[in-house]
Amino acid sequence: MSTSKRSTIIVEHLRKQQMLEAIANGKRLDGRGFDEIRPFEIEIDVIKKANGSARVKLGDSEVIAGIKVETGEPFEGLENKGALIVSAEVLPTASPHIEPGPPDEETVELARVVDRGVRESEMVDLDELVLVPGKIVYTIFVDCSVINADGNLFDATSYATVSALLSAKLPILEMQDGKVVDTGKTKPMPIKTIPISITAVKIGDVVMLDPVTEEEGSMDARITITTSDEGFCALQKGYTGSFTVDQIKKAAETARIKGQEIRAKVKEFTKYGS
Amino acid sequence: MTQTRNLIDENGKRTDGRTIDEMRPVKITVGTVKNADGSAFVEFGKNKIVAAVYGPREVHPKHLAQPDRCVLRCRYHMSPFSTDTRKNPAPSRREVEISKVMRESLEPALMLEDYPRAAIDVFVEVLQSDGGSRCAGITAAAVALADAGINMRDIVSACAAGKVDDKIVLDINDTEDKEGGADMPVAYMPRLNQVTLMQLDGNLSPDQFNECLDKAIEGCKAVAEIQKAALMQKYFGNETEVKEEQ
Repeated sequence: MSTSKRSTIIVEHLRKQQMLEAIANGKRLDGRGFDEIRPFEIEIDVIKKANGSARVKLGDSEVIAGIKVETGEPFEGLENKGALIVSAEVLPTASPHIEPGPPDEETVELARVVDRGVRESEMVDLDELVLVPGKIVYTIFVDCSVINADGNLFDATSYATVSALLSAKLPILEMQDGKVVDTGKTKPMPIKTIPISITAVKIGDVVMLDPVTEEEGSMDARITITTSDEGFCALQKGYTGSFTVDQIKKAAETARIKGQEIRAKVKEFTKYGS
Repeated sequence: MTQTRNLIDENGKRTDGRTIDEMRPVKITVGTVKNADGSAFVEFGKNKIVAAVYGPREVHPKHLAQPDRCVLRCRYHMSPFSTDTRKNPAPSRREVEISKVMRESLEPALMLEDYPRAAIDVFVEVLQSDGGSRCAGITAAAVALADAGINMRDIVSACAAGKVDDKIVLDINDTEDKEGGADMPVAYMPRLNQVTLMQLDGNLSPDQFNECLDKAIEGCKAVAEIQKAALMQKYFGNETEVKEEQ
């Protein structure tokens, strides 16, 4: 059951007052503009035991994504496609408010929104990940761990997932006498497009990109918009406030333009296509 | 999602015979659960959904209570017999997410500050699912909340739009959801012009995105009229026609 709860992020009254004053003057407390995303860096192949991995630092938010490739049965109804599953966990290391235990609804939402972006954009060509049609397919697990949380985990996790997939080395498996054999060789993951998510929050009547924790603690509503090279592929409105139709359309246009910038940077960091 | 077959025929008719701007038949009955403080039964195409509201009532466990407002608790659940293959009754990750977005879509409409230290529980049970069940569930829940006499700023109405055969269509059904190009569920407060739920999966160009959102909003407005009519029917019978508030 989903229960409304007081935000676990507590923003001091004076700090919030400062934030609202800054916003009224067109500024944010860390000096960024409303459409400005924090500097970020991506490091690939940080986990050698994984088939692909990436560490993303978006401001002070830090996420590691690792890929493990296995084989298994295809999903029902998708017999001739490989399986791809994105999961996420906010580790107890990430903030004093996180306790160990099964994922809460916010973490489930995080994983599902990131998974949706990758799945709906058809980033990975799942048609190429079939060994025996209808019986045995590649199963790609992307597991994301949030090491430190300072806001906008949706985008940090999404960039980590995408970067890990772009830089992954897929083991070349073959069928011999009805058994799956690892040839010891690898090939790049079959990639069709690069989905990029952009998250914005609304505080009062102002919509701003890439919120930090204290901004999330003061937000009325949140929206995450994922674009691929082709257009929009996923969207999720979150939190208990609401948006006007015009605010959504404007955010969508911003997400598309900013998405192109981020996509270019992700390609650069992961050396994709070079 | 890539489409494998045509879902709109040469006459512009969809798999269930509707045109691209046509909503499935919607029927709302108010007050179907006797024990609940408010309830509604919604048939939205083949969806059959019951929503029951209990509260405002004391919060258990007590530590969840908040001194300045009411807590809203929502559960979206699908019955094991509601789907083609039996659904495991344990809550899935999908249901956890939908329970959350459903609560967040209803909260903006509720004057929770009017009921400090209390809880309002909303239970949405999908008895038969047909695509768009989260929208039908929100629609049912909003009517049940109004039936329970909870103070509300506006009704919450939900409807999806989507892409089928590269055309933007209103209210996509199960087949179109599974095989079509995109699905965009939206919940909307018609009087306040506020979007309280919005999700998207599938691919849309910028123009299609705007068209799809506008179409979903039109659907929400149509649903709102049916919700109002159903509430009027329960409380005033046939004597009053639904009039616009503004």
